[in-house]
Amino acid sequence: MEVIPFNDISYERFLGEEKLMGSRCRKCGTLFLPPRAICIKCHSTKMEWVEMKGKGKLAAFTCIAIGPPFMTREGYDRKHPYVSGVVELDEGVKVVARIEGVNGSRPETIKIGTPLHVQFLHRGEGGNSTTFLAFRPL
Amino acid sequence: MRRRRELGRGVAVVGAGMSKFGMFSDKDSKYLFVEAFKEMLSTVDKGLNPKDIDALYLGNFTNDFFVHQGHWGPIISDLIGLTPKPATRTEGACASSALAFREGVFAIASGFYDMVLVGGVEEMSKRNTEEVTQGLAMAASPYEVKVGFTFPGVFGAMATAYFAKYGASREHLMNVTIKSHNNARLNPKAQYNVSIREIMNQKIEKAKEKGNPIPTWRDEKEFLRDPGANPVVAWPMHLYDCCPISDGASCVLLVAEEISRDFTDIPLHVVGIGQGSGKGLHAKEDLTYFEATRYAAEEAYEMSGLKPEDIQIAEVHDCFSIAEILHLEDLGFFKPGEGYKAVEEGLTKLDGAKPINTSGGLKCKGHPVGATGTGQLVEIWKQLRGEAGERQVPIKNLRIGATHNLGGTGGTCTLTILERR
Repeated sequence: MEVIPFNDISYERFLGEEKLMGSRCRKCGTLFLPPRAICIKCHSTKMEWVEMKGKGKLAAFTCIAIGPPFMTREGYDRKHPYVSGVVELDEGVKVVARIEGVNGSRPETIKIGTPLHVQFLHRGEGGNSTTFLAFRPL
Repeated sequence: MRRRRELGRGVAVVGAGMSKFGMFSDKDSKYLFVEAFKEMLSTVDKGLNPKDIDALYLGNFTNDFFVHQGHWGPIISDLIGLTPKPATRTEGACASSALAFREGVFAIASGFYDMVLVGGVEEMSKRNTEEVTQGLAMAASPYEVKVGFTFPGVFGAMATAYFAKYGASREHLMNVTIKSHNNARLNPKAQYNVSIREIMNQKIEKAKEKGNPIPTWRDEKEFLRDPGANPVVAWPMHLYDCCPISDGASCVLLVAEEISRDFTDIPLHVVGIGQGSGKGLHAKEDLTYFEATRYAAEEAYEMSGLKPEDIQIAEVHDCFSIAEILHLEDLGFFKPGEGYKAVEEGLTKLDGAKPINTSGGLKCKGHPVGATGTGQLVEIWKQLRGEAGERQVPIKNLRIGATHNLGGTGGTCTLTILERR
Protein backbone atom coordinates (compact mmCIF):
# COMPACT_ATOMS: atom_id res chain seq x y z
CA MET A 1 0.00 0.00 0.00
CA GLU A 2 1.36 3.39 -0.96
CA VAL A 3 1.87 5.72 1.97
CA ILE A 4 0.26 9.17 1.69
CA PRO A 5 3.18 11.62 1.73
CA PHE A 6 3.62 13.53 5.00
CA ASN A 7 3.44 16.99 3.49
CA ASP A 8 1.33 20.13 3.32
CA ILE A 9 -0.54 18.99 0.21
CA SER A 10 -1.81 15.88 2.01
CA TYR A 11 -2.56 17.94 5.14
CA GLU A 12 -4.67 20.37 3.08
CA ARG A 13 -6.50 17.52 1.31
CA PHE A 14 -7.39 15.97 4.65
CA LEU A 15 -8.74 19.35 5.84
CA GLY A 16 -10.97 19.33 2.75
CA GLU A 17 -12.30 15.95 3.96
CA GLU A 18 -12.90 17.51 7.41
CA LYS A 19 -10.06 15.56 8.98
CA LEU A 20 -7.37 17.20 11.08
CA MET A 21 -4.42 14.90 10.49
CA GLY A 22 -0.96 14.93 12.04
CA SER A 23 1.96 12.53 11.92
CA ARG A 24 3.48 10.43 14.69
CA CYS A 25 7.00 9.08 14.84
CA ARG A 26 6.84 5.31 14.94
CA LYS A 27 10.19 5.18 16.71
CA CYS A 28 9.83 7.67 19.59
CA GLY A 29 6.11 8.41 19.49
CA THR A 30 6.36 12.20 19.11
CA LEU A 31 3.28 13.73 17.50
CA PHE A 32 3.43 16.54 14.93
CA LEU A 33 0.74 18.85 13.59
CA PRO A 34 0.86 19.83 10.76
CA PRO A 35 2.53 16.54 9.77
CA ARG A 36 6.29 16.26 9.44
CA ALA A 37 8.11 13.70 7.29
CA ILE A 38 11.13 13.72 9.61
CA CYS A 39 10.87 13.44 13.37
CA ILE A 40 12.66 16.51 14.74
CA LYS A 41 13.18 14.73 18.06
CA CYS A 42 14.92 11.50 16.98
CA HIS A 43 15.33 12.12 13.21
CA SER A 44 13.53 8.91 12.31
CA THR A 45 11.63 9.00 9.01
CA LYS A 46 9.21 6.25 9.98
CA MET A 47 5.99 8.18 10.45
CA GLU A 48 2.32 7.29 10.62
CA TRP A 49 -0.84 9.36 10.12
CA VAL A 50 -2.92 10.18 13.20
CA GLU A 51 -6.29 11.92 13.29
CA MET A 52 -6.79 14.57 15.97
CA LYS A 53 -9.98 14.60 18.00
CA GLY A 54 -10.37 18.31 17.27
CA LYS A 55 -10.70 19.51 20.85
CA GLY A 56 -8.44 21.92 22.64
CA LYS A 57 -8.11 25.31 24.30
CA LEU A 58 -7.10 28.79 23.21
CA ALA A 59 -3.39 29.45 23.84
CA ALA A 60 -3.02 32.87 22.13
CA PHE A 61 -5.04 35.07 19.78
CA THR A 62 -5.16 38.34 17.89
CA CYS A 63 -8.04 40.38 16.46
CA ILE A 64 -6.88 41.56 13.05
CA ALA A 65 -8.25 44.86 11.73
CA ILE A 66 -5.91 45.15 8.74
CA GLY A 67 -5.79 41.80 6.96
CA PRO A 68 -4.64 40.34 3.66
CA PRO A 69 -6.84 40.61 0.52
CA PHE A 70 -8.31 37.09 0.89
CA MET A 71 -9.67 38.03 4.31
CA THR A 72 -11.01 41.45 3.30
CA ARG A 73 -12.86 39.71 0.44
CA GLU A 74 -14.73 37.75 3.13
CA GLY A 75 -15.95 41.10 4.50
CA TYR A 76 -13.44 41.65 7.30
CA ASP A 77 -12.09 45.17 7.83
CA ARG A 78 -11.25 47.71 10.53
CA LYS A 79 -14.85 47.72 11.76
CA HIS A 80 -15.14 43.93 11.53
CA PRO A 81 -11.87 42.37 12.70
CA TYR A 82 -11.39 38.62 12.42
CA VAL A 83 -9.63 36.48 14.99
CA SER A 84 -6.64 34.21 14.40
CA GLY A 85 -5.13 32.17 17.18
CA VAL A 86 -3.02 29.32 18.48
CA VAL A 87 -4.92 26.32 19.83
CA GLU A 88 -3.43 23.74 22.15
CA LEU A 89 -5.09 20.41 21.39
CA ASP A 90 -5.95 17.72 23.94
CA GLU A 91 -3.28 15.58 22.24
CA GLY A 92 -0.66 18.11 23.43
CA VAL A 93 0.27 19.68 20.09
CA LYS A 94 -0.50 23.24 19.02
CA VAL A 95 -1.92 24.50 15.73
CA VAL A 96 -2.63 27.94 14.23
CA ALA A 97 -6.22 28.47 13.13
CA ARG A 98 -8.96 30.97 12.60
CA ILE A 99 -11.10 31.44 15.69
CA GLU A 100 -14.83 31.63 14.95
CA GLY A 101 -17.78 32.37 17.20
CA VAL A 102 -16.01 35.11 19.17
CA ASN A 103 -16.32 38.89 18.83
CA GLY A 104 -13.17 40.37 17.28
CA SER A 105 -14.39 43.87 18.10
CA ARG A 106 -14.44 43.01 21.82
CA PRO A 107 -11.09 41.33 22.52
CA GLU A 108 -11.57 41.75 26.26
CA THR A 109 -14.32 39.09 26.05
CA ILE A 110 -11.96 36.51 24.52
CA LYS A 111 -10.12 34.48 27.16
CA ILE A 112 -6.96 32.39 26.94
CA GLY A 113 -7.80 28.84 28.04
CA THR A 114 -11.31 28.84 26.51
CA PRO A 115 -12.27 25.27 25.42
CA LEU A 116 -12.66 25.03 21.64
CA HIS A 117 -13.60 22.49 19.01
CA VAL A 118 -12.64 22.22 15.38
CA GLN A 119 -14.58 23.65 12.45
CA PHE A 120 -13.71 23.35 8.76
CA LEU A 121 -14.41 26.42 6.64
CA HIS A 122 -14.76 25.53 2.96
CA ARG A 123 -14.23 28.45 0.60
CA GLY A 124 -14.22 28.76 -3.20
CA GLU A 125 -15.21 26.21 -5.80
CA GLY A 126 -13.58 23.67 -8.12
CA GLY A 127 -9.86 24.19 -8.60
CA ASN A 128 -9.96 27.30 -6.39
CA SER A 129 -11.54 25.58 -3.41
CA THR A 130 -9.68 25.52 -0.13
CA THR A 131 -10.45 24.66 3.46
CA PHE A 132 -9.47 26.86 6.37
CA LEU A 133 -8.86 25.29 9.74
CA ALA A 134 -10.93 27.02 12.41
CA PHE A 135 -11.92 26.47 16.02
CA ARG A 136 -14.89 27.79 17.95
CA PRO A 137 -15.96 27.78 21.62
CA LEU A 138 -17.76 24.61 22.72
CA MET B 1 28.81 18.69 20.86
CA ARG B 2 29.16 22.34 20.00
CA ARG B 3 32.43 23.92 21.03
CA ARG B 4 32.94 27.55 22.06
CA ARG B 5 32.90 29.79 18.97
CA GLU B 6 35.94 31.85 18.15
CA LEU B 7 37.25 33.90 15.24
CA GLY B 8 40.39 32.84 13.37
CA ARG B 9 41.65 36.40 13.83
CA GLY B 10 40.17 39.54 15.33
CA VAL B 11 37.86 41.85 13.39
CA ALA B 12 37.02 45.48 14.15
CA VAL B 13 34.53 48.10 12.98
CA VAL B 14 36.33 51.28 11.89
CA GLY B 15 33.54 53.22 10.17
CA ALA B 16 29.75 53.39 10.19
CA GLY B 17 27.08 55.39 8.40
CA MET B 18 23.41 55.50 7.59
CA SER B 19 20.96 57.48 5.51
CA LYS B 20 18.05 59.16 7.16
CA PHE B 21 15.25 56.58 7.51
CA GLY B 22 11.80 57.57 6.29
CA MET B 23 9.33 57.47 3.42
CA PHE B 24 10.91 59.21 0.46
CA SER B 25 9.12 59.79 -2.83
CA ASP B 26 12.20 61.46 -4.34
CA LYS B 27 14.96 59.05 -3.23
CA ASP B 28 15.46 55.47 -4.36
CA SER B 29 17.40 52.84 -2.48
CA LYS B 30 20.55 53.39 -4.55
CA TYR B 31 20.60 57.04 -3.59
CA LEU B 32 20.01 56.15 0.06
CA PHE B 33 22.94 53.73 -0.01
CA VAL B 34 25.14 56.52 -1.39
CA GLU B 35 24.11 58.66 1.61
CA ALA B 36 25.04 55.85 4.01
CA PHE B 37 28.35 55.15 2.24
CA LYS B 38 29.33 58.84 2.21
CA GLU B 39 28.67 59.13 5.93
CA MET B 40 30.62 55.93 6.61
CA LEU B 41 33.64 57.33 4.73
CA SER B 42 33.49 60.52 6.82
CA THR B 43 33.61 58.50 10.07
CA VAL B 44 36.89 56.70 9.31
CA ASP B 45 39.13 58.91 11.48
CA LYS B 46 42.39 58.44 9.57
CA GLY B 47 40.81 58.16 6.16
CA LEU B 48 40.20 55.34 3.71
CA ASN B 49 40.78 54.66 0.06
CA PRO B 50 37.59 52.92 -1.13
CA LYS B 51 39.75 51.02 -3.64
CA ASP B 52 41.13 49.04 -0.68
CA ILE B 53 37.74 47.49 0.08
CA ASP B 54 38.02 43.78 -0.79
CA ALA B 55 34.35 42.84 -0.94
CA LEU B 56 30.77 43.92 -0.25
CA TYR B 57 28.13 41.94 1.66
CA LEU B 58 24.70 43.48 1.29
CA GLY B 59 21.54 42.65 3.22
CA ASN B 60 18.31 43.11 1.32
CA PHE B 61 14.96 41.37 1.64
CA THR B 62 12.11 42.73 -0.45
CA ASN B 63 13.74 44.02 -3.63
CA ASP B 64 12.50 41.14 -5.79
CA PHE B 65 8.92 41.85 -4.81
CA PHE B 66 8.88 45.64 -4.35
CA VAL B 67 11.43 46.87 -6.90
CA HIS B 68 11.29 43.83 -9.23
CA GLN B 69 15.06 43.54 -9.18
CA GLY B 70 16.62 40.79 -7.13
CA HIS B 71 20.30 41.00 -7.95
CA TRP B 72 21.08 44.03 -5.82
CA GLY B 73 24.62 43.18 -4.63
CA PRO B 74 26.55 44.05 -7.80
CA ILE B 75 24.28 47.00 -8.55
CA ILE B 76 25.15 48.63 -5.23
CA SER B 77 28.80 47.59 -5.68
CA ASP B 78 28.92 49.36 -9.07
CA LEU B 79 27.11 52.37 -7.63
CA ILE B 80 29.90 53.04 -5.13
CA GLY B 81 32.76 52.09 -7.45
CA LEU B 82 33.70 48.71 -6.01
CA THR B 83 33.42 46.57 -9.16
CA PRO B 84 35.01 44.19 -10.08
CA LYS B 85 35.34 43.32 -6.38
CA PRO B 86 32.87 40.61 -5.31
CA ALA B 87 29.45 41.53 -4.01
CA THR B 88 27.19 39.07 -2.19
CA ARG B 89 23.58 39.62 -1.20
CA THR B 90 22.37 38.06 2.06
CA GLU B 91 18.74 37.36 2.88
CA GLY B 92 17.45 36.81 6.40
CA ALA B 93 14.19 38.77 6.16
CA CYS B 94 14.39 41.69 8.63
CA ALA B 95 17.78 40.39 9.81
CA SER B 96 19.35 40.45 6.33
CA SER B 97 22.13 42.92 7.10
CA ALA B 98 23.02 41.25 10.41
CA LEU B 99 23.76 38.21 8.24
CA ALA B 100 25.82 40.40 5.87
CA PHE B 101 27.79 41.55 8.91
CA ARG B 102 28.46 37.97 10.01
CA GLU B 103 29.60 36.97 6.53
CA GLY B 104 31.94 39.96 6.46
CA VAL B 105 33.34 39.05 9.87
CA PHE B 106 33.91 35.43 8.78
CA ALA B 107 35.59 36.55 5.54
CA ILE B 108 38.14 38.63 7.44
CA ALA B 109 38.55 36.22 10.35
CA SER B 110 39.40 33.44 7.91
CA GLY B 111 42.28 35.52 6.58
CA PHE B 112 40.76 35.76 3.12
CA TYR B 113 40.09 39.52 3.13
CA ASP B 114 41.44 42.45 5.15
CA MET B 115 38.73 45.01 4.56
CA VAL B 116 35.05 44.41 3.88
CA LEU B 117 32.05 46.70 3.54
CA VAL B 118 28.82 45.32 5.00
CA GLY B 119 25.48 47.02 4.80
CA GLY B 120 21.83 46.85 3.98
CA VAL B 121 19.25 48.70 1.98
CA GLU B 122 15.49 48.59 1.51
CA GLU B 123 12.94 50.59 -0.42
CA MET B 124 9.38 49.97 0.78
CA SER B 125 7.33 53.16 0.80
CA LYS B 126 6.52 53.28 -2.89
CA ARG B 127 4.14 50.33 -2.44
CA ASN B 128 0.76 50.54 -0.74
CA THR B 129 0.18 49.05 2.71
CA GLU B 130 -1.55 45.98 1.27
CA GLU B 131 1.42 45.20 -0.99
CA VAL B 132 3.91 45.78 1.83
CA THR B 133 1.91 43.49 4.12
CA GLN B 134 1.90 40.79 1.43
CA GLY B 135 5.59 41.27 0.73
CA LEU B 136 6.60 40.98 4.38
CA ALA B 137 4.37 37.93 4.79
CA MET B 138 6.86 36.17 2.51
CA ALA B 139 8.93 35.78 5.69
CA ALA B 140 6.16 34.29 7.84
CA SER B 141 5.27 30.62 8.27
CA PRO B 142 2.89 29.50 5.49
CA TYR B 143 0.57 27.95 8.10
CA GLU B 144 0.20 31.34 9.79
CA VAL B 145 -0.44 33.17 6.53
CA LYS B 146 -3.16 30.70 5.52
CA VAL B 147 -5.25 31.29 8.65
CA GLY B 148 -5.02 35.07 8.32
CA PHE B 149 -2.07 35.95 10.54
CA THR B 150 -0.22 39.14 9.63
CA PHE B 151 3.11 40.19 11.16
CA PRO B 152 1.44 42.42 13.79
CA GLY B 153 -0.96 39.50 14.30
CA VAL B 154 1.79 37.03 15.20
CA PHE B 155 3.31 39.45 17.71
CA GLY B 156 -0.18 40.35 18.96
CA ALA B 157 -0.86 36.67 19.67
CA MET B 158 2.45 36.33 21.51
CA ALA B 159 1.45 39.39 23.55
CA THR B 160 -1.81 37.74 24.66
CA ALA B 161 0.12 34.65 25.74
CA TYR B 162 2.62 36.86 27.62
CA PHE B 163 -0.17 38.85 29.30
CA ALA B 164 -1.90 35.63 30.42
CA LYS B 165 1.31 34.06 31.74
CA TYR B 166 2.81 37.04 33.55
CA GLY B 167 -0.07 39.43 34.30
CA ALA B 168 1.16 42.24 32.06
CA SER B 169 -1.24 44.39 30.04
CA ARG B 170 -1.44 46.87 27.16
CA GLU B 171 -0.56 49.63 29.61
CA HIS B 172 2.92 48.13 29.97
CA LEU B 173 3.44 48.10 26.21
CA MET B 174 2.71 51.84 26.19
CA ASN B 175 5.81 52.42 28.33
CA VAL B 176 7.92 51.00 25.48
CA THR B 177 6.26 53.24 22.90
CA ILE B 178 6.63 56.41 24.99
CA LYS B 179 10.31 55.69 25.64
CA SER B 180 11.03 54.96 21.95
CA HIS B 181 9.52 58.28 20.93
CA ASN B 182 11.42 60.19 23.64
CA ASN B 183 14.71 58.72 22.35
CA ALA B 184 13.91 59.22 18.66
CA ARG B 185 13.12 62.86 19.39
CA LEU B 186 16.89 63.27 19.89
CA ASN B 187 17.82 61.38 16.71
CA PRO B 188 17.79 63.50 13.54
CA LYS B 189 18.05 60.34 11.38
CA ALA B 190 14.82 58.90 12.83
CA GLN B 191 11.66 58.65 10.76
CA TYR B 192 9.54 59.87 13.71
CA ASN B 193 11.85 62.09 15.71
CA VAL B 194 9.06 63.41 17.82
CA SER B 195 7.77 62.55 21.31
CA ILE B 196 4.23 61.32 21.98
CA ARG B 197 3.66 64.56 23.92
CA GLU B 198 4.64 66.59 20.85
CA ILE B 199 2.34 64.51 18.63
CA MET B 200 -0.52 65.20 21.07
CA ASN B 201 0.20 68.94 20.98
CA GLN B 202 0.30 68.90 17.16
CA LYS B 203 -3.08 67.18 17.03
CA ILE B 204 -4.55 69.64 19.53
CA GLU B 205 -3.27 72.59 17.46
CA LYS B 206 -4.74 71.07 14.30
CA ALA B 207 -8.12 70.56 15.98
CA LYS B 208 -8.09 74.24 17.07
CA GLU B 209 -7.22 75.41 13.55
CA LYS B 210 -10.01 73.39 11.99
CA GLY B 211 -12.49 74.32 14.69
CA ASN B 212 -12.93 70.66 15.66
CA PRO B 213 -13.56 69.52 19.26
CA ILE B 214 -10.27 69.83 21.16
CA PRO B 215 -8.96 66.51 22.54
CA THR B 216 -8.57 66.43 26.32
CA TRP B 217 -5.93 63.74 26.82
CA ARG B 218 -4.37 64.22 30.28
CA ASP B 219 -1.21 62.29 29.52
CA GLU B 220 0.50 60.10 26.91
CA LYS B 221 -1.24 56.92 28.05
CA GLU B 222 -4.66 58.49 27.71
CA PHE B 223 -3.70 59.46 24.16
CA LEU B 224 -2.54 55.89 23.43
CA ARG B 225 -5.78 54.49 24.91
CA ASP B 226 -7.87 56.69 22.56
CA PRO B 227 -9.00 54.43 19.68
CA GLY B 228 -9.39 57.51 17.45
CA ALA B 229 -5.73 58.46 17.93
CA ASN B 230 -4.33 54.94 18.24
CA PRO B 231 -6.49 52.43 16.33
CA VAL B 232 -6.17 48.64 16.50
CA VAL B 233 -3.99 46.96 13.87
CA ALA B 234 -3.98 43.42 15.30
CA TRP B 235 -5.16 43.47 18.89
CA PRO B 236 -3.40 44.06 21.25
CA MET B 237 -1.05 45.69 18.70
CA HIS B 238 -2.25 49.20 17.93
CA LEU B 239 -0.83 51.74 15.49
CA TYR B 240 1.70 53.05 18.04
CA ASP B 241 2.88 49.52 18.88
CA CYS B 242 4.05 48.95 15.31
CA CYS B 243 7.14 50.01 13.39
CA PRO B 244 6.46 52.02 10.22
CA ILE B 245 7.07 51.28 6.54
CA SER B 246 10.47 52.79 5.73
CA ASP B 247 13.15 53.38 3.14
CA GLY B 248 16.78 53.52 4.21
CA ALA B 249 20.33 52.27 3.99
CA SER B 250 23.21 51.69 6.38
CA CYS B 251 26.72 50.28 6.28
CA VAL B 252 29.78 49.61 8.43
CA LEU B 253 33.39 49.04 7.49
CA LEU B 254 35.15 45.95 8.86
CA VAL B 255 38.90 45.43 8.92
CA ALA B 256 41.29 42.90 10.43
CA GLU B 257 42.02 43.86 14.03
CA GLU B 258 45.78 43.95 13.35
CA ILE B 259 45.37 46.88 10.90
CA SER B 260 42.46 48.59 12.65
CA ARG B 261 44.64 51.27 14.26
CA ASP B 262 45.70 52.41 10.78
CA PHE B 263 42.17 53.74 10.42
CA THR B 264 41.20 54.99 13.86
CA ASP B 265 42.40 55.17 17.44
CA ILE B 266 38.97 53.96 18.57
CA PRO B 267 38.15 50.76 16.67
CA LEU B 268 35.23 48.72 17.98
CA HIS B 269 36.17 45.09 18.33
CA VAL B 270 33.75 42.32 17.34
CA VAL B 271 33.84 40.21 20.51
CA GLY B 272 30.65 38.18 20.16
CA ILE B 273 28.43 37.05 17.31
CA GLY B 274 25.58 34.59 17.53
CA GLN B 275 22.84 33.45 15.22
CA GLY B 276 19.91 31.10 15.72
CA SER B 277 16.88 29.96 13.81
CA GLY B 278 13.39 29.28 15.11
CA LYS B 279 10.07 27.60 14.37
CA GLY B 280 6.59 28.87 13.55
CA LEU B 281 4.07 29.78 16.24
CA HIS B 282 2.41 26.35 16.32
CA ALA B 283 5.70 24.54 16.96
CA LYS B 284 6.94 26.81 19.76
CA GLU B 285 7.17 25.13 23.13
CA ASP B 286 6.21 28.41 24.76
CA LEU B 287 4.66 31.43 23.05
CA THR B 288 6.42 33.97 25.27
CA TYR B 289 9.99 33.69 24.00
CA PHE B 290 12.12 33.23 20.87
CA GLU B 291 14.35 30.15 20.98
CA ALA B 292 16.43 31.60 18.10
CA THR B 293 17.31 34.68 20.19
CA ARG B 294 18.20 32.58 23.21
CA TYR B 295 20.48 30.40 21.08
CA ALA B 296 22.13 33.41 19.38
CA ALA B 297 22.66 35.06 22.77
CA GLU B 298 24.18 31.94 24.32
CA GLU B 299 26.60 31.66 21.41
CA ALA B 300 27.62 35.34 21.52
CA TYR B 301 27.97 35.48 25.31
CA GLU B 302 30.03 32.30 25.38
CA MET B 303 32.31 33.52 22.59
CA SER B 304 32.88 36.89 24.27
CA GLY B 305 33.16 35.57 27.81
CA LEU B 306 30.63 38.23 28.74
CA LYS B 307 27.37 37.94 30.66
CA PRO B 308 24.09 39.75 29.98
CA GLU B 309 24.86 42.16 32.85
CA ASP B 310 28.11 43.17 31.11
CA ILE B 311 26.18 44.59 28.13
CA GLN B 312 25.93 48.29 28.96
CA ILE B 313 23.72 49.39 26.09
CA ALA B 314 21.77 47.56 23.38
CA GLU B 315 19.67 48.03 20.29
CA VAL B 316 17.03 45.29 20.14
CA HIS B 317 14.60 44.39 17.36
CA ASP B 318 11.42 46.20 18.50
CA CYS B 319 9.36 45.66 15.34
CA PHE B 320 6.44 45.69 17.78
CA SER B 321 6.31 46.99 21.36
CA ILE B 322 5.83 43.49 22.82
CA ALA B 323 8.91 42.30 20.92
CA GLU B 324 11.18 44.68 22.86
CA ILE B 325 9.97 43.20 26.16
CA LEU B 326 10.42 39.61 24.95
CA HIS B 327 13.97 40.36 23.71
CA LEU B 328 14.97 41.95 27.04
CA GLU B 329 14.15 38.63 28.64
CA ASP B 330 15.57 36.34 25.93
CA LEU B 331 18.87 38.25 25.98
CA GLY B 332 19.05 37.69 29.75
CA PHE B 333 18.89 41.38 30.68
CA PHE B 334 15.87 40.62 32.85
CA LYS B 335 14.27 37.36 34.02
CA PRO B 336 11.31 35.89 32.09
CA GLY B 337 8.22 37.79 33.16
CA GLU B 338 10.27 40.71 34.53
CA GLY B 339 10.92 42.61 31.28
CA TYR B 340 7.74 44.66 31.40
CA LYS B 341 8.41 45.63 35.00
CA ALA B 342 11.95 46.80 34.14
CA VAL B 343 10.54 49.02 31.39
CA GLU B 344 7.90 50.38 33.77
CA GLU B 345 10.59 51.21 36.33
CA GLY B 346 12.49 53.19 33.69
CA LEU B 347 15.56 50.92 33.69
CA THR B 348 15.64 50.91 29.87
CA LYS B 349 15.39 54.69 29.42
CA LEU B 350 18.26 56.78 28.08
CA ASP B 351 19.42 57.55 31.63
CA GLY B 352 18.45 54.14 33.06
CA ALA B 353 20.72 51.34 34.19
CA LYS B 354 20.34 49.48 30.86
CA PRO B 355 19.52 51.91 28.03
CA ILE B 356 17.68 50.11 25.21
CA ASN B 357 17.08 51.45 21.70
CA THR B 358 18.59 54.88 22.27
CA SER B 359 18.12 55.48 18.53
CA GLY B 360 14.35 55.28 18.92
CA GLY B 361 14.40 51.68 17.78
CA LEU B 362 12.60 50.25 14.78
CA LYS B 363 9.39 51.81 16.10
CA CYS B 364 10.57 55.40 15.65
CA LYS B 365 13.90 55.35 13.85
CA GLY B 366 12.18 53.31 11.13
CA HIS B 367 12.54 49.78 9.80
CA PRO B 368 13.78 49.55 6.20
CA VAL B 369 14.10 45.83 6.84
CA GLY B 370 17.37 44.99 5.10
CA ALA B 371 19.05 48.12 6.48
CA THR B 372 18.04 47.58 10.09
CA GLY B 373 20.80 45.21 11.28
CA THR B 374 23.71 47.41 10.28
CA GLY B 375 21.61 50.47 11.20
CA GLN B 376 21.54 49.19 14.78
CA LEU B 377 25.33 48.87 14.67
CA VAL B 378 25.61 52.52 13.57
CA GLU B 379 23.86 53.55 16.80
CA ILE B 380 26.14 51.41 18.98
CA TRP B 381 29.15 52.82 17.06
CA LYS B 382 28.05 56.36 17.91
CA GLN B 383 27.29 55.58 21.56
CA LEU B 384 30.49 53.63 22.31
CA ARG B 385 32.57 56.42 20.73
CA GLY B 386 30.70 59.12 22.63
CA GLU B 387 29.37 60.66 19.44
CA ALA B 388 25.62 60.25 19.97
CA GLY B 389 25.07 63.94 20.71
CA GLU B 390 21.96 64.81 22.68
CA ARG B 391 21.06 61.16 23.14
CA GLN B 392 24.50 60.09 24.42
CA VAL B 393 23.89 57.81 27.40
CA PRO B 394 25.37 59.11 30.67
CA ILE B 395 27.18 55.84 31.50
CA LYS B 396 30.77 56.28 32.68
CA ASN B 397 33.37 54.04 31.08
CA LEU B 398 30.98 52.92 28.34
CA ARG B 399 32.75 50.03 26.58
CA ILE B 400 30.34 47.28 25.60
CA GLY B 401 27.28 47.47 23.39
CA ALA B 402 25.15 44.92 21.57
CA THR B 403 22.68 44.66 18.73
CA HIS B 404 19.89 42.12 18.44
CA ASN B 405 18.27 41.62 15.03
CA LEU B 406 15.26 39.40 14.27
CA GLY B 407 14.05 38.15 10.90
CA GLY B 408 10.54 37.02 10.05
CA THR B 409 8.52 36.03 13.07
CA GLY B 410 11.64 34.81 14.87
CA GLY B 411 12.96 32.56 12.11
CA THR B 412 16.36 34.24 12.16
CA CYS B 413 17.80 35.98 15.23
CA THR B 414 21.27 37.39 15.84
CA LEU B 415 23.22 39.00 18.66
CA THR B 416 26.37 41.02 17.98
CA ILE B 417 28.59 42.39 20.75
CA LEU B 418 31.08 45.23 20.16
CA GLU B 419 33.78 46.36 22.57
CA ARG B 420 35.74 49.57 22.80
CA ARG B 421 39.15 48.83 24.33
